Amino acid sequence: MLRNTLERAEKAKKKPAALGGDVDIEEFEQEEEGEHEKIESLQDLPKSYKDTVLKVGVDPTEQGRAGSFMQIDQSGVCSNCSSESIELMNMKDAFKKHSWLSDYMWNAVPVDADKYTAETELRNSNGYFIRALPGAKETFPIQACMFIGDKNVAQTAHNIIIAEENAELNIITGCSTGADVNSAMHVGVSEFYLKKGAKITFTMVHNWAEQVEVRPRTGIIMGDDSTYISNYILTSPVKGVQTYPTAYCQGKNSKAVFQSILGGQKNSVLDQGSRAYLTGKNSSAEMVTRAVSRDESQIYTRGHLAGKSQDVKGHLECMGLVLSDDSMIYSVPELEGSATNLELSHEAAVGKIAEEEVLYLMSRGLTEEEAASMIVRGFLSMDIKGLPPKLAAETKRMIDMSTRGM
Amino acid sequence: MVVVKLLLEITDLAVEVNEKEILSDIDLYIEKGETHVLLGPNGTGKSTLFMSILGFPKYKITRGEILFKGKDITHLSTTERVKMGIGVSFQNPPAIRGVRLKDLLRIEDEKKSVETGEKDLRPELMDITRKMKFDESFIERDVNLGFSGGEVKRSEILQLLAQKPDFTMFDEPDSGVDIENVELIAQEINTLLDKDKKPGLRERSGLLITHLGYILNFVGANTAHVLMDGKIACSGDPTEILEDIRKEGFKGCVECCETH
Repeated sequence: MLRNTLERAEKAKKKPAALGGDVDIEEFEQEEEGEHEKIESLQDLPKSYKDTVLKVGVDPTEQGRAGSFMQIDQSGVCSNCSSESIELMNMKDAFKKHSWLSDYMWNAVPVDADKYTAETELRNSNGYFIRALPGAKETFPIQACMFIGDKNVAQTAHNIIIAEENAELNIITGCSTGADVNSAMHVGVSEFYLKKGAKITFTMVHNWAEQVEVRPRTGIIMGDDSTYISNYILTSPVKGVQTYPTAYCQGKNSKAVFQSILGGQKNSVLDQGSRAYLTGKNSSAEMVTRAVSRDESQIYTRGHLAGKSQDVKGHLECMGLVLSDDSMIYSVPELEGSATNLELSHEAAVGKIAEEEVLYLMSRGLTEEEAASMIVRGFLSMDIKGLPPKLAAETKRMIDMSTRGM
Repeated sequence: MVVVKLLLEITDLAVEVNEKEILSDIDLYIEKGETHVLLGPNGTGKSTLFMSILGFPKYKITRGEILFKGKDITHLSTTERVKMGIGVSFQNPPAIRGVRLKDLLRIEDEKKSVETGEKDLRPELMDITRKMKFDESFIERDVNLGFSGGEVKRSEILQLLAQKPDFTMFDEPDSGVDIENVELIAQEINTLLDKDKKPGLRERSGLLITHLGYILNFVGANTAHVLMDGKIACSGDPTEILEDIRKEGFKGCVECCETH
């Protein structure tokens, strides 16, 4: 099994990804595990790091958090968890603890999907392991931070997230770079496993630097009556992000929700999609994206709903605002129905700020710029559904903060 | 000492929209403390006159001038005009996703509260909000999105109460509103127009478009103007003019004006 995996990874070492600009991983430096010292808690981080991670929703005081994890470059520097019903540790430790963990490797994301997944395997990457025990009802979220601390490194991580039967798990992930890191690469493989009746909310804020290439690879395998809610927020400049999380709604009544807020600035190329294979009876998926392009940014927003059995439902919505002539939004909604009695729909609209709305706000005393910015912020601040009230309020604040510069 | 009594002076105004002349020869003078009514059939340019006074870019002034508080505002931006004290309640305002009614009520306070860091409505504004029959949760809603006809009108008046303009234009504030709420809206229009003060002490003025004239039972007006084919065809006592229009129609009323 292991040999087989390694062989497949070896073969896919040069396999370009289906989408997104090709990145030469060799150009970036490989760092070893242990380059960065371990800390007890995020409170021990240097102040400059604390300020940076706070911007991506990671609270260094750890207040209101069930646990905290941080990986800097290749080193898992911190993992602590106060919840009795959740296990949080880096993958190396998780392998020592659970002999069965290898059964969860590369099931939701194929190891030979492309050169990035292959590289993650070949490097024997670290990452986080989060497991909510059966029936866990932890309302406080786990926070996980992927941080690039050194210049020009290629960070890889392989994360496994398991919600056992009837467990509820809330995760906030913030990804960021140190102040003096401009160029770098991040590949994060995340595999989610939701057992019967489980619910995971996964809120991710990206705030990379202008020359960082980002290739997350995410798969979600869903059991009966399970719910997965993903919220993705990216509004700061980055070189390129290409990601296409895929939910396998195998369980009956399983439900996947993807909500994305994308703000393209400077020369950013954002290629973000979400896909759901609806194979379980009565399974459903909902995808909502709001995108705003400025400067010379290019945004590809993709969605793919594949209805594979009867009585499944899916809806896809993408709204885009193009704010500069040199920027672009390319919306690609795909519906694939291959059974009778299913319901798949999409609505997409790409346009400009309505002049009538600007004038309305100007007639209330705003300048033209203030009015436009209020409209853009409002457009991006969609109501995030499915989070516990406190976390919803915090996420709302996070979105407000992220969209302020748009 | 000369006391400036005129608040709004429109002289020989002509306005084009998409290169088509909609208004011409408009002369309109409104003193401090006065309320004027603008009547006329559909499509004669009543709303166009409002938008021209507001300075919306689509409405091109080809002749004449607009003075406000003695200052020529003919070429000022909407923002500058509003800053000088002009306000409007729209007939069909746009819904804006993600922009809450509360955000609009806070515009005036925003500059001060950036210093104090306050994010809630002033208690005084909250009282006015309740008076307009809205609660805390309603003002969290996206402005005009899914509002009923009556809610739109009350929200427009509420925003003006927060804004406190010196000169307010009301575009059909009573259309689509049930009787009970017309009285509420009228009462607050009266507040906006200083009607609670003695005529000589009133400072604020207004111009009101109404189709049915029903709201005039509650809002006293000094003068009425009938707009026909882009021109002010007749001006006079509101009660008499309304009476004429009811009996003779707009055309009859204007003919009567022309012969006298």
